Amino acid sequence: MLKIDNLHVKLEEEDKQILKGLSLEIPAGQVHAIMGPNGSGKSTLSYVLSGRDGYEVTEGSATLDGQSLLDMEPEQRASAGLFLAFQYPVEIPGVGNMTFLRTAVNAQRKARGEAELSSGDFLKLVRAKAAELQISPEMLKRPVNVGFSGGEKKRNEILQMAMLEPRMCIMDETDSGLDVDAMRLVSDGVNALRSPDRSFLVITHYQRLLNHIQPDVVHIMANGRIVKSGGPELALQVEEEGYGDLLAEAG
Amino acid sequence: MADIAVQTKGQTPSVEGATKPANALDARLSALSLPQGGFALARRDALSRLQDMGLPGSRDEYWRYTDPRPFNAPEATALPVPQEQATPLFETLDRLTLVFVDGVFDEAASDDLALEGVEITTLAKADEANWAADLYGRLEAAGQNPVRRPFATLNTAAAQDGLLIRVTGKPSKPIHVVHRRASDNADAIWHHVIRVEAGAELTLLETGMSGARSNSVIEVDLAEGAAFHHVASKRAVDSRVGIGHIFARVAAKAQFKSFTLSVNGTVMRNEAVIDIAGDDAVAHIAAAVLGDGGKAPFHQDDTVFITHGAERCESRQVFKKVLKNGAQGVFQGKILVKPGAQKTDGYQISQALLLDERSQFLAKPELEIYADDVKCSHGSTTGAIDDEALFYLRSRGVPRERAIVFLVLSFLADALAEIEDEAIRDCIYERLDVWLTLNAVQ
Repeated sequence: MLKIDNLHVKLEEEDKQILKGLSLEIPAGQVHAIMGPNGSGKSTLSYVLSGRDGYEVTEGSATLDGQSLLDMEPEQRASAGLFLAFQYPVEIPGVGNMTFLRTAVNAQRKARGEAELSSGDFLKLVRAKAAELQISPEMLKRPVNVGFSGGEKKRNEILQMAMLEPRMCIMDETDSGLDVDAMRLVSDGVNALRSPDRSFLVITHYQRLLNHIQPDVVHIMANGRIVKSGGPELALQVEEEGYGDLLAEAG
Repeated sequence: MADIAVQTKGQTPSVEGATKPANALDARLSALSLPQGGFALARRDALSRLQDMGLPGSRDEYWRYTDPRPFNAPEATALPVPQEQATPLFETLDRLTLVFVDGVFDEAASDDLALEGVEITTLAKADEANWAADLYGRLEAAGQNPVRRPFATLNTAAAQDGLLIRVTGKPSKPIHVVHRRASDNADAIWHHVIRVEAGAELTLLETGMSGARSNSVIEVDLAEGAAFHHVASKRAVDSRVGIGHIFARVAAKAQFKSFTLSVNGTVMRNEAVIDIAGDDAVAHIAAAVLGDGGKAPFHQDDTVFITHGAERCESRQVFKKVLKNGAQGVFQGKILVKPGAQKTDGYQISQALLLDERSQFLAKPELEIYADDVKCSHGSTTGAIDDEALFYLRSRGVPRERAIVFLVLSFLADALAEIEDEAIRDCIYERLDVWLTLNAVQ
């Protein structure tokens, strides 16, 4: 589904190479996790894939279902089925959560040539999905992420994911700032979305999120590329031993 | 929004009058047809005050950021009446609709002047026996110190028409003044006087534009415990020029709230002069401005002077301007706290969202405080669209143009929140959304 080949990326404003030949392939239905020390380029990867300004791809490719992502605008990538759950979801005062969500859902449907959802159908759907994530109707009415706690913001990200039904979900440190109960709620939300035709790329610092969202493959990232891949046991090894030995072993 | 520049100027406005040669004023006056009858005393007084003060010149400190020449010119520059008159607004609300065509009341197009708890007459038909005879021009005259506002005085002398509204109760619906244009070169001058008696309430809605050039004055006198809500939506579809003044006197426990949405026009200046005269009174004034300098030059100026003269009063100024294609926005806002006006709570914010690098915002926030137990703050920022928020919205599939509309609405939200009535606020939001989708974004 997602195929990244020899991706080289530098910051536009300074001549600093962040990704240095990263390759990664995630087949449909799988959950892959990326772990790695600070500064290894994990967040950059998520931003470059979703189309944030400020990065320059100097070499390599990234495709979703064979379509090149890197030539598309961020909204085109979203309509093509890519979703990024932000590490720090952005607050947008004065814009209702529900208005934003409905605009996003219908913009994507329109871009794909599908019929837009009526207000009634949208409302039914969003209420049902919000209830599963314990998001109150009052939270739906509030401005986007304004006054939300850390946990509420992350649940709101998962609600957006559930409503937009992307094929490829990237989760950037979704566990940061979550207490145990919130992590359980978020993980349950993600697990409910797992399906044979949807894939996940979970970026995290800690193994504990992977107890809740079981990955098929774990990758270790350092210095702008994947240095080691393995099964879930690799995450346990990081948790116990740190990155030191792994990185030394990878050279 | 990130603060990228703040331009302020800390000097107090000049109390010097204008220095234009007298013949400029003579030329201006000779082009006016000064109405006879109706409040002749007040009009004569205004004329003599105007002759003393003259018209503003290029060195007038209070006109530092806005060129007064379009208002000094004897004649209005002719502009074809646009095909598209103002799109109806507030249609879903139950209201009393009063229509003005180029500043003159159009009885046939209006509802009957009958509303329970309200007495309405028109300026053109008023005589010296009218209750407003004592009030007409009085707040305007009081608002000439320390800064002269000659165009308001000119208005008092020469207004063609207007509404005289006296409110004694709590009317069941708002009064909606609809302005229309009919002639290419009309120089529309209208003047409303509103007196809200003790404990009474009025909501005044205003939409549309009169004249190729306009000059409006609203004098609002609020008695103890009275409430006045004013919501105006002004959209110019052409390169018209206009100046408007609101003079308000707010007695104890009274509430004054005014919100204006301004869209386009070439030179527009709105001045508000609010005298908070009684204890525990409240005065809020807010504006949302959308300016596009693309088709015609755009220059919009909000100039506000709030005087706190009593204890435990609250004032708020919330001004938000969205500017693009070389548009210019100006804000001059002053809070004056007089000796003895203890426990004053004064707040002022002026912000601009610049959609390109050619647009410009000039702000001159001022505080002058002579009491020692007050809370006053002011802030002014100029910023661009927040890239992170834009990316967040787009990453969810919202197209760039729509995402910018969301962020503009987000920027304006604090000003719109000043509209208390939810139904009225919804109408304004709806209108803004349409305008923004059509015009604001390229």
